[in-house]
Amino acid sequence: MEEEIYKQNILDHYKNPCNKGKIKDFDLSGSARNISCGDVVSVFVKLNKGIVSQVSFEGYGCAISQAGASMLTDKIKGMKSEGLKLLSPGDMYNMLGIKVSPGRSGCALLAYQALEDGLKNV
Amino acid sequence: MDPKEIKKDFPIFQNHPDISYLDSAATSQTPQAVISAMDDYYSKFRSNIHRGLYDLSEKATNLYEEAREEVASFLGAEKDEVIFTPGSTWSANMLALSLEYSQILKKGGDIVTSVMEHHSSLIPVQKLAERNGRKLKYITIDDDMRLRLGEAGELINQKTALVWISLASNVLGTINDIGKIAELARGNGALLVVDATSAVGHMPINVKEIGCDLLFFSGHKMLGPTGVGVLYGKKELLEKMEPGVWGGGMISEVTKSGASSTKSPHRFEPGTPNISGVIGLAEAVRYLKNIGLEKIKEHTEKLVSLAIKELETIPDVRIFAEKDPKKNIGIISFVLDGVHPHDVGEILGRDGVAVRGGHHCAEPLMKELGIKATNRASFYLYNEEKDVKALIDGIKEAQKIFS
Repeated sequence: MEEEIYKQNILDHYKNPCNKGKIKDFDLSGSARNISCGDVVSVFVKLNKGIVSQVSFEGYGCAISQAGASMLTDKIKGMKSEGLKLLSPGDMYNMLGIKVSPGRSGCALLAYQALEDGLKNV
Repeated sequence: MDPKEIKKDFPIFQNHPDISYLDSAATSQTPQAVISAMDDYYSKFRSNIHRGLYDLSEKATNLYEEAREEVASFLGAEKDEVIFTPGSTWSANMLALSLEYSQILKKGGDIVTSVMEHHSSLIPVQKLAERNGRKLKYITIDDDMRLRLGEAGELINQKTALVWISLASNVLGTINDIGKIAELARGNGALLVVDATSAVGHMPINVKEIGCDLLFFSGHKMLGPTGVGVLYGKKELLEKMEPGVWGGGMISEVTKSGASSTKSPHRFEPGTPNISGVIGLAEAVRYLKNIGLEKIKEHTEKLVSLAIKELETIPDVRIFAEKDPKKNIGIISFVLDGVHPHDVGEILGRDGVAVRGGHHCAEPLMKELGIKATNRASFYLYNEEKDVKALIDGIKEAQKIFS
């Protein structure tokens, strides 16, 4: 095997994801779909005075997409709403901390794309 | 047939001697003979066909038309019944447009297809049904991953205008009982279109025995190059059909007010075709004929049988495939519970086992099976028993990583 991709933290986030489920009260939500496997992630964000007070995600997918969603929702909790728009794919790759092959970039960025979709609707 | 010997004909295996390539259902590998035939076109006689009055063009034209004969004899068809296309997707789209444009389908009649169709075949006919306001009906599958023929008998009736169905499933490996479907179509005066993309080059095929009106496939899943394919049509039918796509090289007369097309099959080949691709495809046919389709089929049957036996020993593996190797084209889908197909695919890939993970462009089938995606291993003439072993080891490793 080359560089380990299924590092313990990825597997931990996959098996015990943070912020999984749909919060009842949210201000913005968005979804993204991975066209090669049909995996879907939806992200829900509640804002309080311009700050992310609650966040969650729903979806089905591989370890990379689900760990990514878990990490992203953890990261944005407490962030200013303007800050959300400044997030980039690079942030997702940094959080995951693994070398993502081009074939898996759709998985790695699924939650980010869902959030981006939600921000579009604001 | 010894796959070790076969491998010597394929440069990819010299460059990657350790790869277990189990993704031929996505695209097969190319023997040197095919690569050389295509190279010859580019380095020795590149020119356009059917038009030049010089040696190079004559040579290219001859090889292009010889390719038509080669493919025709491979399919048990006549030369004029073979149309070269850019592949199955284009064949299906062009054919759907052509059937509509020609107005040869029973007026207002239904279209019958199945839940196991590949998107490239299904969507063109789905759009055709939508445009014409025709009902599109689906034959479902049973627990053995086979078409429900009883249901087919009910769905295909006097109201059916068109039956559009695959010969083999690109996900389940199931080889459909097309003879029975053809009987139903014929008995009800419906046209039968067969998507043979997963089957051609993997089992002996004779269009007359199948009894279809039209059939299509791609070159790249049968050792040929990408970007080339075939649409077969019965002569008397093609003569009645108008092209769905227009361009140069297929026209008998053009004026400012209109155009008339030339004879079949050339009128279905608008524009400069993939000449090197067609030449390469014919070479792939020669290569396959030389080895023998029966032998290739027997070989993949052994691998399918072994793989199913081994997969069944792994707890949490669910197999979605035709389990009778004789009725399987060389494709097995499976799910490893608890590990997503992308993760299984990645772990296998890092160990040099090439499989696919996803919905395999068959979302209606995934829905029918109640799953989102599978892993798919597909076998061809160059695969060995050690590839099956590598697959099984990789699945066990994935299971360990995620345990």
